[in-house]
Amino acid sequence: MHEFDWSSIPNALPFLWDGMKISLEITVTAVIFGIVWGTLLALMRLSSIKPLSWFAAGYVNLFRAIPLVMVLLWFFLIVPHLLESLFGLPRGSDMRLSSAIAGFALFEAAYYSEIIRAGIQSVPKGQMAAASALGMTYGQSMRLVVLPQAFRNMVPLLLTQGIILFQDTSLVYVSALADFFGAAYKVGDRDGRLVELLLFAGAVYFVICFTASRIVRYYQNKLKTA
Amino acid sequence: MISMNKVSKQYGSFHVLTDCTTQVQKGEVIVVCGPSGSGKSTLIKCVNGLEPFQSGEIIVNGVSVGDPRTNLSKLRSTVGMVFQNFELFPHMSIIDNLGIAQTKVLGRSQEQAREKGFKLLDRVGLREQAEKYPGQLSGGQQQRVAIARALAMDPICMLFDEPTSALDPEMVNEVLDVMTELAQEGMTMMCVTHEMGFAKRVASRVIFMDQGRIVEDDSKEAFFEHARSERAQQFLAKILHH
Repeated sequence: MHEFDWSSIPNALPFLWDGMKISLEITVTAVIFGIVWGTLLALMRLSSIKPLSWFAAGYVNLFRAIPLVMVLLWFFLIVPHLLESLFGLPRGSDMRLSSAIAGFALFEAAYYSEIIRAGIQSVPKGQMAAASALGMTYGQSMRLVVLPQAFRNMVPLLLTQGIILFQDTSLVYVSALADFFGAAYKVGDRDGRLVELLLFAGAVYFVICFTASRIVRYYQNKLKTA
Repeated sequence: MISMNKVSKQYGSFHVLTDCTTQVQKGEVIVVCGPSGSGKSTLIKCVNGLEPFQSGEIIVNGVSVGDPRTNLSKLRSTVGMVFQNFELFPHMSIIDNLGIAQTKVLGRSQEQAREKGFKLLDRVGLREQAEKYPGQLSGGQQQRVAIARALAMDPICMLFDEPTSALDPEMVNEVLDVMTELAQEGMTMMCVTHEMGFAKRVASRVIFMDQGRIVEDDSKEAFFEHARSERAQQFLAKILHH
């Protein structure tokens, strides 16, 4: 029977907190870039200009058909070298965090764009017609009339996707980046208390994600009654 | 003001509009009626280019709608349109619904737009509702706001696409009253509607459509007293005697 010993956790808290900051940094930046890029992809996909629509469809289908961990590995192994040789950056500069963020953002954009596309399509067609009839251009109609309504309907789904993304940030351990999960693993490995640290990390993830999803649900109900 | 010449439109092999020709003079009120699916909504949506058409020509105030070089947004900003389902913007207050296109399209200042908005809300009797949202208003009130929103752009003519069809019966009159007043002030109007009482009171001419063709295009007296086509006679018999 395993004897639990939690004593290594209190001392490791500052290190774990640094890891949590990295996890949150990746999540927040990737959500923001993912939504922006995802919106552009959704608009391209719905565009009547065929090449744009094909590009967006190809992009979304490609990224949704490959595992996230593979995309992250590509970004760790290939992209930094590519950038080094392209821009003459000094060899071995640490780009793990930025490549992780870029990998997540580009990957998540594919999922966000599908959520956003559905959101745009959920706005009645007459809204676009009414905006056009008032003399608004396509861009103005989208920006001022359709997208605000689409995003309002989509907020719960976008946040839920953000929670999933937060959990998925743990995959950066493949690059030995010390995010929260990576930090917990390192501490456990160092002190020979892997089981305790992994249980602790799991509990932390659970509390954060469960709380966040409760908040989303609360917001969702409020939206329904509004 | 509006001139249509042999306008035709088809979806695949289905002809929605066939050789529609008519003229609307400044200050005229044209009522467009006909059985459902006869193409009347499509016809007036072609006037401001919301529906593209394949052949023929529509000239609005000297501008060709079908010409690819025409700035359609600019043209539309001068033609008011009112929809069956109101299509107010639900995420904006009533006064912002009236203001958004004034500021973003016509480049008016916020103050000018609000002032104009309040004036028009007064006119349709809804000033007290200015800060509410569309969802808090009745259908009849929403449609009156939609008319005010179109008028805020100082349009040269107004298009109405079945403005009372989605309303509860007791709300139809408040909308028709606003339209009647507008007609009496000399606004050029094209109205797709089944409200034959409205047509009898204010129309200059009635256009009757069937299967994508303009079957009758005559003064209201001529249309109601001796419609020439059998189809129009049947339609009138059904709609007037019940």
